Amino acid sequence: MSIAENFVSMEYGPAPEDSKEAESWLQRHGRRFGLFIGGTWQAPAAGRYFDSFDPSNGERLAEVAQGSAADVDAAVRAARAASAPWRALTPHARARYLYALARLVQKHSRLLAVLETMDNGKPIRESRDIDIPLVARHFYYHAGWAQLLEQEFPGYEPCGVVGQIIPWNFPLLMLAWKIAPALATGNTVVLKPAEFTPLTALVFAELCQEAGLPAGVVNIVTGDGSTGEALVKHPDVDKIAFTGSTEVGRAIRSATASSHKRLSLELGGKSPFIIFEDADLDSAVEGLVDGIWFNQGQVCCAGSRLLMQESIAETLISKIRDRMSKLRVGAPLDKAIDIGAIVARVQLDRIERMVAQGVAEGATCWQPQVALPSRGFYYPPTILTNVHPTSIVAQQEIFGPVLAAMTFRTPKEAVELANNTVYGLASCVWSEGINVALHGRATQGRRGVGELHKYVRRSLRLWRIPGERLRSRRRSRGLGRIYGTRVVQARSETACS
Amino acid sequence: MSVDHSHSHASSKSGGELASKEHASNAIATLDGRPLLSNAGIPLDLHWVQEVRVNTSAVERRAQSQTARRTVKKDWQAAWLLRAISCMDLTTLSGDDTDERVRRLCAKARQPIQQDLVQILGIEELGIKVGAVCVYHTFIETALRALEGSGVHVAAVSTGFPAGLSPLAERVAEIRRSVEAGANEIDVVITRGHVFGGRWQALYDEVATFKQACGTAHMKVILGTGDLLTYRNVARASFVAMMAGADFIKTSTGKEPTNATLPVSLVMVRAIREYAQQTGMAVGFKPAGGIRTAKQSIDWLAMMKEELGVPWTRADLFRFGASGLLGDIERQLEHHATGRYSAEYRHPIA
Repeated sequence: MSIAENFVSMEYGPAPEDSKEAESWLQRHGRRFGLFIGGTWQAPAAGRYFDSFDPSNGERLAEVAQGSAADVDAAVRAARAASAPWRALTPHARARYLYALARLVQKHSRLLAVLETMDNGKPIRESRDIDIPLVARHFYYHAGWAQLLEQEFPGYEPCGVVGQIIPWNFPLLMLAWKIAPALATGNTVVLKPAEFTPLTALVFAELCQEAGLPAGVVNIVTGDGSTGEALVKHPDVDKIAFTGSTEVGRAIRSATASSHKRLSLELGGKSPFIIFEDADLDSAVEGLVDGIWFNQGQVCCAGSRLLMQESIAETLISKIRDRMSKLRVGAPLDKAIDIGAIVARVQLDRIERMVAQGVAEGATCWQPQVALPSRGFYYPPTILTNVHPTSIVAQQEIFGPVLAAMTFRTPKEAVELANNTVYGLASCVWSEGINVALHGRATQGRRGVGELHKYVRRSLRLWRIPGERLRSRRRSRGLGRIYGTRVVQARSETACS
Repeated sequence: MSVDHSHSHASSKSGGELASKEHASNAIATLDGRPLLSNAGIPLDLHWVQEVRVNTSAVERRAQSQTARRTVKKDWQAAWLLRAISCMDLTTLSGDDTDERVRRLCAKARQPIQQDLVQILGIEELGIKVGAVCVYHTFIETALRALEGSGVHVAAVSTGFPAGLSPLAERVAEIRRSVEAGANEIDVVITRGHVFGGRWQALYDEVATFKQACGTAHMKVILGTGDLLTYRNVARASFVAMMAGADFIKTSTGKEPTNATLPVSLVMVRAIREYAQQTGMAVGFKPAGGIRTAKQSIDWLAMMKEELGVPWTRADLFRFGASGLLGDIERQLEHHATGRYSAEYRHPIA
């Protein structure tokens, strides 16, 4: 289109981020990656590899090593060997490594953001402005904790060797949430990235080398569920930290129940998003966009259940639909895109299946008219109304850009509906009335993170006083803590527990 | 194709929005497919005003995230910058204004982009001019003469601009004088005190009186958002001004400590949308003061497109009140055309 034509149409046009650097990084490695064990790259023991794909177009990005039990064993042994010297370092020395890693993440932030988008399908705006900066901040934050550890937690000892299994929805950020505190508290790590999204973890391994991190302190073993299982069952791992689905979390808890292993689990959610009649509806709608359409809804604490006061339901739904019509779905590397690709075919199938079942159970499904790209795995933003608490779409985590909406009449009913779930990860309340708002938050107390007027995406704030922002693990969303004082405690043995 | 500068109806090249609507003949815009008429006002609805709720932190968060959510590049950016120029009200409102300064401003208004740059960009057919020139009453005649035949409107600030605290009769007479002198548009200021005191009827009556005095001249109502301060006040004042018949609502005089900001604009634009949805009438929006860079102009255009739609990115429903902005846009266009950033002196000043 010519400038004159654009002048009339006021189309946004394409605004692509350049993927050259990421492509050339992949090329330099011949698009084939080994395992990072004991500070060096090693081929997988059984010589098997699997493919990592770009969900925006289905293209293969690279071959990644399939870690076998033997590889996991080698990694654990390397972590064990590195454990005593690592914990013998002064806190300040560990802090310096963490600080160096934070700096390196910032230095390579563009490569990491672009690669994350290519591997996961999330919009480049999100990986560039949210994921990667939070990763860096997380390492800075834990550099601080490393420095302060002895004076703040006298008598604490590290667990030892920690096995970490992370999900694909925020690959590098989940890695940071696991590795940074573990290292800060003197542990060594064997981390298994998600099968769908291993690439940024592999860049991270190179950053560990660049930082001069002692060999064996961080080990990255890529692979599928069987690799994770080998790690969970390995007798010389002191603690397992898992973030992922509730089903797998339960399996891990069973598997480790009779062992000495400490366990932390961060699992699923079906978090309520409560809008009272006296809310600023336009603002609540924007909060909803952050709550359920951020990261294509693939967020453990996504606000996937809308509870709206009956008196404003019709107006609100109309506003939500208008807003949904403005969401742009498309190529994740486009800087002006709101919704990117779903991470994999199997996830897309799951979303489609669950929505179909919800509709079969009586829900009304509405999606804006949006042209989806012909290749890749895309799903439009979706709202389901006429949803009842018994519906599968109200009970089970969909993990996609699908909002299930219900009405309530009184604050008491709102709380009752909000708490009627096996999960208890997060929630938020929108009301301009202070009494209603605080009452709503207080009675949501059995929930991990309760928010007022914003969605939990922003709760990943690490500059607060440690302990002020806890993600507590209750019900089916797991055990343990993600950050704050408690996470430091969780990574360490207490003298008396 | 030349760009239609007559502001009484939308350009017929607007992507077929008006194409198949029976009511299209009087419609000046569409919103979600529904044709909208120009604003004739409605009786004051106090309930509506009192029900207004604005969440400050959420508004600020949305305004901030929006600038990162949308961007335009290359030819699209050039097109958007040209659109920004076509929506500009070139303004001079200084105590030391003279006829010659106004004439120079008008010359710039007729030819905002220098000829050689127009040629390199290949946009001669667009005939880019600014939306209007905005001056004090004294200079209406000079401006009209200088802009004759160009299609650029003359807007006069009025009603005791910027404070707006002269006696009502004087303010009304001021409007009449400017309308008689030939001003196409009148920018009035509200009595901020009425907002602080919740005297909505008084505010409504004031604006309705101004509207009557304007006659067929198009009226922009300046809310003085830098004085009103809270978003709730801004929202309520917006509704009252629209109900009283404003053709445009405008953020600020440009003389306040803080003038147009994205959050304040978001509040006003949401009010415009709400008003359009409830009444079927379209009101325009003008942020004034504090918009200096090409990037900012893109941010505002994106917000208008996202919140209201493409009709609100045209001069009949959207204006920038700015002076320095044009210079930054020219430099950005130069960069697009040649790959190099120019020094300011390479572009003719107003």
